[in-house]
Order: sequence, then structure tokens, then C-alpha cells
Amino acid sequence: MGWLPEPVERLLDVALVGELTVVGRNGRPITHPLIPLYDGERIYLHSSTLFSKKLEHIKRDAHVALALTDPIAMKGNPDRATVQGTARVIEEDPHSDWERLILDLWRKKEPAINDFLKARVALPLFFERAVIEITPERCLFWAGGDTDRAPVETRASREVAA
Amino acid sequence: MAANRSGSIPAHEPAAADLERLSGYAHVVVSWVDDDGYPTSVATAFEADAQRGTVTLTAPAAMPIPTDRELSVMGSHIHPQPGIGYDQRRYLQLWGRTADGVTFSPTRAWGWDENEVPFFEYSERSVPQSRRYLAALSKEKGRTIRPRLSLFWLALRTTRLPFLTATAVPVLLGIAVAASDGAFTWWTALLTLIGGSLAHLAINVTNDVFDTLSGADDANTTPTMYSGGSRVVVYDLVTIRGLAWLALALFGGAAAIGLALVAITGSMTLLWIGVAGIAVGIAYTAPPLKLVYRGLGEIAVAIGFGPIMLLGAYVVQTGRLAWEPFVLSLVPGILIALILFVNEIPDRRSDADAGKRTLPVRFAPDIVRTGYLVAAILAFGVIAGGAAVGLLPWPTLVALVALPIALRVHSGLKVHYDSPYTLMAVMGTNVSLNLVVGGLLLAAYVVTIVAMQLTG
Repeated sequence: MGWLPEPVERLLDVALVGELTVVGRNGRPITHPLIPLYDGERIYLHSSTLFSKKLEHIKRDAHVALALTDPIAMKGNPDRATVQGTARVIEEDPHSDWERLILDLWRKKEPAINDFLKARVALPLFFERAVIEITPERCLFWAGGDTDRAPVETRASREVAA
Repeated sequence: MAANRSGSIPAHEPAAADLERLSGYAHVVVSWVDDDGYPTSVATAFEADAQRGTVTLTAPAAMPIPTDRELSVMGSHIHPQPGIGYDQRRYLQLWGRTADGVTFSPTRAWGWDENEVPFFEYSERSVPQSRRYLAALSKEKGRTIRPRLSLFWLALRTTRLPFLTATAVPVLLGIAVAASDGAFTWWTALLTLIGGSLAHLAINVTNDVFDTLSGADDANTTPTMYSGGSRVVVYDLVTIRGLAWLALALFGGAAAIGLALVAITGSMTLLWIGVAGIAVGIAYTAPPLKLVYRGLGEIAVAIGFGPIMLLGAYVVQTGRLAWEPFVLSLVPGILIALILFVNEIPDRRSDADAGKRTLPVRFAPDIVRTGYLVAAILAFGVIAGGAAVGLLPWPTLVALVALPIALRVHSGLKVHYDSPYTLMAVMGTNVSLNLVVGGLLLAAYVVTIVAMQLTG
């Protein structure tokens, strides 16, 4: 299973929003707020084809970082973390891949999605989605969210990172 | 800040307003790309100076902010609504550099605030990105990858099936008037309803074909469940060719049923009514007449869903024309034209861009609102006047109780005229006005027929 420190897993389990940073065409960092999902090993994010520029960036450069920083979006948990890793875009079938891979995780974190799914006909392109699968490789953790103190750094074993 | 088609707040050179906006966030996330190629991010406190155009960052411990590369500084906000989802979503991203690891000078900004650009509009603005992405993905995978909907939902969306209530009202009223005259055959009544429905669906689809070709649907970034067309071509769910074939098939079905009814009834009047109906339906959006593009859509709809539908249904049963169904037909004719009239309000900007000069494009909001009220009162006046002179049975007066619904729509137009999404409730109320009035008129005719039966 995963190697991320337990407090970081706790953040991932509740986070309604994380800041995903990808590497843009000219090497520029580009950050997108997204809902992160976690299966105990890998982090999953997902993106509608409507907002798919980030997918193009990841396909060109798979290096990403996910920051968990906003206590309001973490159900009051003040801890902060940044997870660096390598991302893979799963997009064989944007219509249904995501349902198979992440819908249960999504429902668990955001039950309201069930109501949106019933209205799929109203916004069909929103539900054409690609999945971003992140394999964590390095983690920085700030207990209590205090970035005035050096973060606790953890790295994946070589096997996991490979 | 203005919005463009590709996003909410387009990338632009930062102004003082951006820094003032950034000040509203509790913290920022500073990101850069490490020497090993990975992005890294850290949250920090900050102070934005709108006058100087800089952001003073609180340097995080043991993570010096690099001075030799571009940084991203993002403020992000969300307000969780447990069990519902979340609202108040907004973010603002600034790009730039720092010379000292603390003072950040942005050179580019980009973001989204759902209070300024609602999520649905943001999504519609992003449709071209979806099309580009799926086209590139198709090329990459060597197979066509397109958005999909189940056949049921696709059929419902493509034909705009729920709007069939607009056909049901005049057709059922025409049949009811005929029945009150002692003429009723259930299976020709059913065929009339099916034929009228197919004609209506054909007109809906034809309208989409021509609105797509004219660019009106593509230009519309604030469609709602009542306005903006089916958008199945805009979303690439259906090809324009497929849509055109569907329109032809539906017109063909309607014409076949119409001709069968002409053959059954032997009424040439019915033939001419059917021909007029299809001609008005096509002329509604198709060149050269393009009636709706000339501000004549309401008149076309009033004629099509009023006299043509109602008199057609009456003639199928009786084989003749009469004043009573004609006068009654003015009521659904006006009310259904008013559905179009109100539904054109949120589309008026994109319609204007596409050269579709509908009445809300041509006239100021006050005139549109007054026009609505006058037309709605006229519809009720037809009922009152028709009953007063004995053309309509007196139980039809019960439909006057629906007048407050029209007044509610009029009031709603005052408040929500400029907000497509909050106007949706008003559009819904306006649709229900036709249903309530139609239902009450139908009930009035049932009462009349029953009373006639009882009194011999």
C-alpha cells in the first residue's frame, strides 16, 4: 500500500480542494484547484474535457505537485502538505473510464455528486472526464500548517517511485 | 474584468484590481519548478500592494523561493456546503518573478470567480477546449472519441421533447371543441396528436440545424434548460448532417400522418392547414424567410401553435372550420408565442451577434416587459370576450384564475431580466402558464360536454 505519512493521508481523505501544479509548455508552473481522491496508494484527480488544458500539460511533462493548504477545504484540519509525483492521464474512454475508476471515491467524499450525475443530460461535456493518477514520490508536511518551520520530508522507496 | 470564450477571466497583464482581489484570499500557494523538474508548492502569508503592483510573500522556512525562475502565486477559495457540494468558488493565479525571494512582481494573471461568471457559463465558454482536446485525443488514439449520451437522453435533448406540451395543449383543445360539437373519433384524435407532435419536434430540430449553421447556438454561452437550443451539435453529440436527416424524417412522419388524415377525412381544408403548418415551421428558421431572425418568430409560433394546430385538430374531427375553435386557438397561440418571447431574452446577446433580430434583441427591456403583459392580458381578454359574446362556453372563464401567473412572470422579468440563470425560474413559470390555462380550458370543455350529455 501507500507510504505517505498518516497525517497526509488524513488530509487527502477529507480535502475538497487541492492545488495541482503542472509544468506548462514553456516550463511555467500552472496551478489548478481540483478535488483530490485517494485510494491508500495513489492520488486521483479528474478533469472534464471542458477544462482539459492541464491534461495536455501533464501528457507533455508528467511531473506534478499537489498542495493541500486550505483548512476550510480540509474540514478544519490546519495541517498542510505538498506531494510531488508522476502523473498519468487515463483517457481511453472519457465517457466512462472515470466512473469505473474513481466514482466510488468521489461519491464517498462528495455525496452531492449523485444529484449532478442524475442531471448528466443537462451538462454532458462536464461528465466527459479524464482521470489523473499520481504516484507520490516525495512529500513535504507542515504540522499545524506552520510554514515558518521547515517541513518534514518523506520520500517513496525507489521501487514505489519507479 | 471581462470574460472571453476560452475561460473565465482571460490571461492578462495584472492590474491594481487583481492585487486588490488577491487581498481577499486567506493565503497564497507559491509554486515553481524545481531543478529536478518537479513543481513544488508551499502555502504562505502575503500582503498585496495594489499601488506598487507587488506581493510581499512571507518566506517559508527551509524553502527559499527561487529568484531565477518564474513563480505562480495562487489564491483559491471554496465554501463547503455539507451534503450539497460547495459554492463561492474562485481562484486567482499570478505569474511573475521575485528578485529577493520575498517581493513578487506579477506579469500575468488568470482566474475564475463563479460570482462573476457562473459555473454553467464558464463551462459553455470552455466547449471549444473540449472539442480541441477530443479531436487531438482521437488523432492520438487513431479512433474517433466523441462525447456520448444514452439514446434516451440524446433523443430527449436533440428533439427537446419536454416542449411537446406546447403541442398537446392546442391539439387537445381542438379535439375537445370538436367533441363539444358532437364529433369525436379516438383514433383520429390520437393520430392528430402524434402527427402534431412529430411536426413540432421536426421544427425544433430544424431550428437547431439553422441556428447551428448561422452560428447563433455556438455564440450562446448562457443557454438554459428553456433557451439556447438543444446544443447537441455544439457539444458534438450529433453531427449537423445527422440532425438534418432527423428533421427530414420527423417532417416526413408528420406529413405522412397528415396525408393519412386527409385521406381518411377527405378534407381539403385539412390539407391546406397541414401545408401551412409545415411551411410556417420551415420558414421559422430556414432561409430565405428566416422569420425568427426578422423578429417575426412570435407571429409564426402564434399561428402555428394557435389556429393551425387547434383548427387542424378540430377539422380532423368535424371536417369543417368554425369560429369557436378559431377564437379559442388565439389563447394557446398567444401564450406559446410568449414562451418563445421570454425564452429569447437570455439569448438576446448571442442572437444579436448571429444576426438573429428577435424582439428582445430589437426592443429595450421595458418595452419587452410591457409587451409581455399586454399580450398575456390579450390572451385572457380573448377568453373573457369569447365567453361574453357566447362564442366560448362560460365554464372557460375558469381559466381567468391563471392571470396571477402571468403577473408573476411579468414581475419576474423586472427582477431577473439580465440574469439568464435566475431567469430560468421565470421561464418555467411562463411555461406553466400555458399548461395551466390549457388545462383549465380543457377541463371547462369536459364540463361542458358532460353537462350537454346530462341535459340531453
